[in-house]
Amino acid sequence: MRDRERLLAPVPVLVALATLAVVTRAVLSLPRSAEGLYGPVAEAAARAGISNRVTAVLLDFRGYDTLLEIAVLMLATVAVLSLREDPRQLYRRLSERATPVLAALTRILVPLAFVVSVHLVWIGSSQPGGAFQAAAVLGATGILLSLSGYARPQWVGRTAMRSILAVGLLTFIGIAVLAMVAGGALLEYPEGTRKTLMLVIESLLTLSIGASLASLFLSSASGDSERDGR
Amino acid sequence: MNLVAHLPVIVIMMPLIGASIAFVAGPRRAPLVTVATAVLTIAPVAWLGARVLAEGPTRYEIGGWGGPLGIVLVADGLSAAFLGLVAIVGLGVTLYATGYYRVATGSRPGPGHGLYWTLWLFMWSSLNALLLTGDVFNVYVCLELVGLSAVALVTLAEGAEPLRAAMRYLFASILGAMTYLLGVALLYAATGVLDMRMLADSLGPSVAAETGLALMVAALLLKTALVPMHFWLPTAHAAAPSPVSAALSALVVKGSFFVTLRLFLDVMPAGYLGGADVLIGVLGAVAIVWGSIQALLQERIKLLVAYSTVAQVGYLFLLFPLARHGGEVLSAALLGVLVHALAHAFAKSSMFLAAGVTLKRFGHDRIADLPGTARRAPVIAATFALAGVTMMGLPPSGGFGAKWLIASAALASGEWWWAAVVLVGGLLASAYMFRLLAVFMAAPGGRPLPVGGVRTLRTEWVPLALAAASFLLVLAVPLVTRLAEASAVVAQAGGVVP
Amino acid sequence: MSTTVLYPLLGAALFALGVWGLLARKHLIHKVIAANFLGSGVFLVLIGLAGRTAGADPDPVPLAMVLTGIVVTVALTALALALIKRYYSATGLDTLEPAEEAEQ
Repeated sequence: MRDRERLLAPVPVLVALATLAVVTRAVLSLPRSAEGLYGPVAEAAARAGISNRVTAVLLDFRGYDTLLEIAVLMLATVAVLSLREDPRQLYRRLSERATPVLAALTRILVPLAFVVSVHLVWIGSSQPGGAFQAAAVLGATGILLSLSGYARPQWVGRTAMRSILAVGLLTFIGIAVLAMVAGGALLEYPEGTRKTLMLVIESLLTLSIGASLASLFLSSASGDSERDGR
Repeated sequence: MNLVAHLPVIVIMMPLIGASIAFVAGPRRAPLVTVATAVLTIAPVAWLGARVLAEGPTRYEIGGWGGPLGIVLVADGLSAAFLGLVAIVGLGVTLYATGYYRVATGSRPGPGHGLYWTLWLFMWSSLNALLLTGDVFNVYVCLELVGLSAVALVTLAEGAEPLRAAMRYLFASILGAMTYLLGVALLYAATGVLDMRMLADSLGPSVAAETGLALMVAALLLKTALVPMHFWLPTAHAAAPSPVSAALSALVVKGSFFVTLRLFLDVMPAGYLGGADVLIGVLGAVAIVWGSIQALLQERIKLLVAYSTVAQVGYLFLLFPLARHGGEVLSAALLGVLVHALAHAFAKSSMFLAAGVTLKRFGHDRIADLPGTARRAPVIAATFALAGVTMMGLPPSGGFGAKWLIASAALASGEWWWAAVVLVGGLLASAYMFRLLAVFMAAPGGRPLPVGGVRTLRTEWVPLALAAASFLLVLAVPLVTRLAEASAVVAQAGGVVP
Repeated sequence: MSTTVLYPLLGAALFALGVWGLLARKHLIHKVIAANFLGSGVFLVLIGLAGRTAGADPDPVPLAMVLTGIVVTVALTALALALIKRYYSATGLDTLEPAEEAEQ
């Protein structure tokens, strides 16, 4: 066994160097200037009336990728939930630690964060922003509420929480399928409804992704993590 | 709404919706939701298969965009065959799991237990998505979905060993997915498209494009556990709960293999990545011999079956050196590999499911301590015997048909050594299967075998049915031939000449 | 050297470092960090190469790929950390194999 280990020891360095070499060679071989899909995207996004081209790619042209990516996030949340240990310990520990300063700060920050989150969803179609940025703020709010003892992390895993986690993906699929009923292909927004439907999807995605991010954090934080803290 | 036109997306969305509903419905109602979803998924899969047979390959433009902006799904004979495979094994695994988790002793109670159903439906949906996608970046997202659900399912088994196996699996999976994505980055930078058909049209001599494709193929080989990148497979497949082991061995490795097939046959022009096809074939041959020898040395059934997967995966890769000959050799080899993929999936899932019953009834799966199984659990022993015949490749099983086709393709190409590897692989498989069956047939030892757990009908008969399917697969060869003919590459090569 | 060459080359280096870390480092947290190096490396390659549009805005498609990739990486990292935590509380180990034992 020792022999085998010694024999395999140089493998990681060799694989890494080989990767570096071939990728460097490939990058240097590329032409210095290339359009990619810039032209077609810019043209189609202008026609669809979405000024943020990245949003147009994410929610329209390649909306299917985004739909599956939401599934990845939900899947990871389900997986982490299945690994979590007793959440009650965390709550007990957190409520012991809550201080008046933290409580006051929470009261100020939470409404503010909520407004920021809504704003980020709203501007998503024209400027940098959108569901993920908004959800990151919302998720952080959820974590803050739990850490300051306002919300009980046992909620993670309850039916209500599970519904919030699933509503984003289900809405996304629902609207995608609705387009089929209306006579188009999956995710082919009927003319004139694109902006509204994208906003509905983004809003509910924000809710689910925010809940996902908070659950991911709180599920991992629960259990006997005290052991390494002491 | 014209349902027929939408079949490709229905096949993907149905289990995805089912997964979400099973999650919200909670652990008690989830099994029912899963069975209903299974039925509602199989019907459109069968319909799609029939449509491909009748009208040939179809393309579905998601969002109505089409390439190069949008993502296109491709349903041809190859994808239909693999979708059918996932559907049949999927139904078996679902039914088995309803029995397995009712009498669960080996799975952890607590939150993870009820989440099996959600995770399993996520996996089903992502496999279907992987088999239908015609976009190289979308493949990346699908691969991540499959890998993530697979790792999560492995952790549902109790104890520290499954956690260790799951972590090794996760790290291998991340390395594979990221290498694949790096490949896509280079390929896109060189060509400016992600759609497979447009790639096939625009691929010319380009260092960056070739490097990108090489990285993508290497990543897929890691995900398919081709020797020497198989290190993560045996522990993960053996440590997982049995319904999960069956899905992993029968379906998940086939998913990444399928994409490799697409890249080589449908995307890359002939002669691209010169020499890679032969190298892959050699690794496949090494896998057949090395995996079989390892299987022969294992002391536990699930590890034996897992190493057998390492060996059986090797046969799939014999296709690539043969495909370079084109024409009839390519068609025969592709048909052989297709039949092999199906036969192996049925046989392997039946053995893992039967091993699960063995674990439940006797509390262990140590081969040496299971003499007399044929008398005490005749259905289990019969399952292993039937599946074993396929693994050995004895006539008239599906495994025989597959090995016959691959070997004759090899002989027709003039490269007889691939046929020799097929023969040696069959002999080695006989050795490890006979070793297991001989113990089962032996007289029960002095001390009586402990009989524990509740017996449910479906946990014993589902594996037997799958084993019978692998045995009787020869009857389906005409159907598989027609499916193979409904794929672009075989049509170009001039059809299959049986 | 322009950023459209520099970023991809840096990305390739980060990726290579990640490959080495994932394969060679034993500590599980090191492996998770290495896995994130892989991701960051690929994203840097994608972003760098997207900028080759001769003065116009960068090509939005690779940027969208990066955004999708980031979310996937977050999901994988979360699962990896949860797994490591659970494994640590079950075994007390922070490596895959105990130091002296070599299994198989």
